[in-house]
Amino acid sequence: MERIARRYKVDGTQLVYEMPKEVDHHVAKDMCQEIDMLVESYRIKELVLDFSQTEFMDSSGIGIVIGRSKTMHFHGGSIAAVNLGKRVDTIFKSAGLYKIIQVK
Amino acid sequence: MEKITNTMHLTFDAKSVNEAFARMTVMAFMADMNPTIDEMEDVKTAVSEAVTNAIIHGYDDESRQVEMSCIREGQKLTVTVTDHGVGIENVEEARQPFYTTKPEQDRSGMGFAFMEAFMDEIDITSQVGEGTSITMTKYIARDDGDR
Repeated sequence: MERIARRYKVDGTQLVYEMPKEVDHHVAKDMCQEIDMLVESYRIKELVLDFSQTEFMDSSGIGIVIGRSKTMHFHGGSIAAVNLGKRVDTIFKSAGLYKIIQVK
Repeated sequence: MEKITNTMHLTFDAKSVNEAFARMTVMAFMADMNPTIDEMEDVKTAVSEAVTNAIIHGYDDESRQVEMSCIREGQKLTVTVTDHGVGIENVEEARQPFYTTKPEQDRSGMGFAFMEAFMDEIDITSQVGEGTSITMTKYIARDDGDR
């Protein structure tokens, strides 16, 4: 398995995680493990998924967002998505994600 | 004016790294049809869903293969993705939004819903133990007249 170095920023209990250029099933597993590991080790209460670099996303991305949303709510935390491009916005809308996640 | 026709067949290992490869190949194939960016993005998403399904649900073994074919007939694009894996017991149930057999892997169950949303027609044939074939059609609207 190749490791893809991704950027993230921890500020207190907030984690801003930069989503990759293409969000699909191939990157899902490693990415979820990494986010979950960071959330646990830094006791994160506010997870922010930054989509500024994301050009492609399929339903695997929906699963990632819903899964992380469950994890955050379980720990009494919150989740938000920021900097959605036109395509990611279309995918969010098609899946009704705006109803379950805060988008800034 | 006679319709432009073209075909392409591709066989690749059921490995997740090939998901990006498969959707880029279809993009290259359809580029000549003069699609809009939205049409390209729609097909790209639908192909990614079908190929991901074939890889995740088709086999438990990465060394097995997935077949993909593209047919162009004028402005009509047909993409077929076939695996020879486990098959789907109840296709109608599998088509329901949020239906998934793998919730523990963070699968959303939106795959077929996305294929339906982003393509004009979708046809699924599946037999348990034999495999699954998904055929999707998209009509590329922009026609320059001389095509």
